Amino acid sequence: MSARTAPRRALAWLRWYVTELTGENAYQRYRERAERTDPGGPVLDRRAFERWRTDQKYADPTKHHGCC
Amino acid sequence: MQLLGQARQARTRSIVIWTTVSVVAATGWAMLALSRGEDVSAAWMVAAALGSYAIGYRFYSRFILRRVLRADHSRATPAERLEDGLDYQPTDRRVLLGHHFAGISGAGPLVGPVLAAQMGYLPGTIWIIVGVIFAGAVQDMVVLFFSTRRDGKSLGQIAREEIGPVGGVAGVLAIFSIMIILLAVLALVVVNALAESPWGTFSVGMTIPIALFMGIYLRYLRPGRVSEVTAIGVALLLFVIIAGRWVANSGLAETFTLAPRTLVIWLVIYGFAASVLPVWLLLVPRDYLSTFMKIGTIGLLALALVFTLPTLQMEAVTDFASNGEGPVFAGSLFPFVFITIACGALSGFHALISSGTTPKMIQKETQVRSIGYGAMLMESSVAVMAITAACVLDPGVYFAMNAPPAVIGDTVQAASEVITSWGFVVTPEQLAAAAESVEEGSLLSRTGGAPTLALGLAAIFSDILGGETMMSFWYHFAIMFEALFILTAIDAGTRVGRFILQDALASTHPRMARFRSTGWLPGILLTSAVVVGLWGWLLWVGVNDPLGGINTLYPIFGISNQLLGALALGLCTVLLIKSGRLRYAWVTAVPMAWVAVVTLTASWQKVFSGDPAVGFLARRDQYQAGIDAGELLPGAADMGEMRTIVNNALLDAVLAGVLALLVLVVFADAFRVAWKAVRAPETVRLHEAPYVESRLIAPAELIATKAEKAELAKAGLGPGGGVPAQRRATEPAAEPTDEREAGR
Repeated sequence: MSARTAPRRALAWLRWYVTELTGENAYQRYRERAERTDPGGPVLDRRAFERWRTDQKYADPTKHHGCC
Repeated sequence: MQLLGQARQARTRSIVIWTTVSVVAATGWAMLALSRGEDVSAAWMVAAALGSYAIGYRFYSRFILRRVLRADHSRATPAERLEDGLDYQPTDRRVLLGHHFAGISGAGPLVGPVLAAQMGYLPGTIWIIVGVIFAGAVQDMVVLFFSTRRDGKSLGQIAREEIGPVGGVAGVLAIFSIMIILLAVLALVVVNALAESPWGTFSVGMTIPIALFMGIYLRYLRPGRVSEVTAIGVALLLFVIIAGRWVANSGLAETFTLAPRTLVIWLVIYGFAASVLPVWLLLVPRDYLSTFMKIGTIGLLALALVFTLPTLQMEAVTDFASNGEGPVFAGSLFPFVFITIACGALSGFHALISSGTTPKMIQKETQVRSIGYGAMLMESSVAVMAITAACVLDPGVYFAMNAPPAVIGDTVQAASEVITSWGFVVTPEQLAAAAESVEEGSLLSRTGGAPTLALGLAAIFSDILGGETMMSFWYHFAIMFEALFILTAIDAGTRVGRFILQDALASTHPRMARFRSTGWLPGILLTSAVVVGLWGWLLWVGVNDPLGGINTLYPIFGISNQLLGALALGLCTVLLIKSGRLRYAWVTAVPMAWVAVVTLTASWQKVFSGDPAVGFLARRDQYQAGIDAGELLPGAADMGEMRTIVNNALLDAVLAGVLALLVLVVFADAFRVAWKAVRAPETVRLHEAPYVESRLIAPAELIATKAEKAELAKAGLGPGGGVPAQRRATEPAAEPTDEREAGR
């Protein structure tokens, strides 16, 4: 672990963390899952998937959100 | 022999480390408590807080995890068993900590501690730190654990199943009323921060078009690119804060200078629109913006505090702690400092989060310690920062900003006289200079906590970034940051209230079932209007209260929030007893009893105290007698205001009383169930999900131990954990996530 690679690793970690936290990798995860469970089956495109995901996530507002 | 030597070495090291931490914490506390008449550095605040958190986390939370909850590392969590790639999704513990923290934290811990600072920095700080270690963090952790054992069921569902329908219905009613009060008080904070401030009103108002733009961007232009759109949104946000100054100095200033009543109308319209509009248009982008601003600003503040280590100007304990005559809120230290701090030490609302989303994402039962207990310690540290920011201000300025006009008048001369008479010397020039430094017309009676915190933050930030010239920018930055939180909470809270109402209406009669449908527009419009109408009305009452809305409504909010916390702790106690952990039931029963005593005493005093400044009924009688005798009493400018005070006092008394009664009903029902479980253990029916062995490998704590690292490496997994690869070959469907590659 040289001095040059340490900041780069930290940056890569931060990028990974932000991607995970914001849920930006949800689509990729969904595609991999779809291909694994039903190879060759229908797969939503990203726009349709993100819509579906938002609608699902916010369908029941009591499921998340703190106020305090 | 060598192993034994290593173990002994590790033990010695641990003793040395924890002795040092204890000494640091004790020194911090001693300096805070014993300094009299001299300036105290915020460094002692940091030492006392961090030291105590470390000890509480290391020893108490471990005891709860191992002895009380007996969390089982080998038991599969709902995320593993029911994984569906949507709700149920095993998530890296470090990511989940971020999620959970973003979910629980909001405006509460920023507002309460600021108000509590009127009694000095010490009482508030003690309760924030001791309260979180023994009550708040325990509640969050235990609720998270029990919900994880029940497939991530919500607090309400658990209450209905484990206690019964009576307690369940009273619980739902209590949650709904608390929601309404919460929204009204938060909205009142925003109104007080933005009234007569064109800069603030413009920049906060601009967040709406920014959010709409982000919503459309995410929906149509680049779906799913969250960090990208958030970065654009934050850049725009900073721009409108700067632009606010131009607007305030231009011909447009008048358009954005709004009276409190006008702001109420705008907020009500906004709340209604936000509740009816599709989520992707307003709520989703607002969520991203406020989460980012929240984590960013809190991080920045923590760094700034540690770097500047400002001096606390407030006394350790002011006279208001004992005489109960404080202008910010009336009543003495016990019980009112505890209900004022509210969310920073214990928040009933966190129980709703701990039982909702997080249990469906947690990889291991043992992680409830770092996520449940750990995130609440972080929340508490935010409250410590807030009280520090309020106490670095000159006390005279602090009281001028937080006392209602009925007490200090509406000129700097009058305010300076009154406040100096309390023993906090402040000149009219100082008060005028404070307002000028942040380019506001006046800072008098900017009650609600947000402007005070903003001024404190501005003082701390400008110390390292930008100096005097940046004061006004940082002030409006902080106002924007708080208003953003609160508006998001109003969005989300109105929706939650609407949803509870829809659900309740639908369950009254089969013919009403369509109310439950999220697609039936008349139902949505009607229930939204009811919810917005309720909090809007309470907000209107608060804004028009001649005696000051915050010092009347905030205690009711604090009481209701803490009552919800007591309920959650009570439910935890019932669950501990029902699951055969009677021996350790004190872990939640003691804080529950304490919080119940505090809140019920506070409710009692708010309703029945003979002191008209504290008791609502006494205040009603006093002003009614004034009306009958035809004379004006302090605070009222005319007979109309006298009547307003009488009506408000009655309304507040009813609110406080009804809430306390609802909670007593739930307590009685919970006690009945717990008693039955103790007397006849064979009749107990727990609603736990059955044991399934976990195949997922993941560390228990945020930082993996050597053994855990070796286990992960042996299974070919990254630091995030997962199901070992060799099993994946035979059972492909069970592969949980792809984070092991990304995690490197």
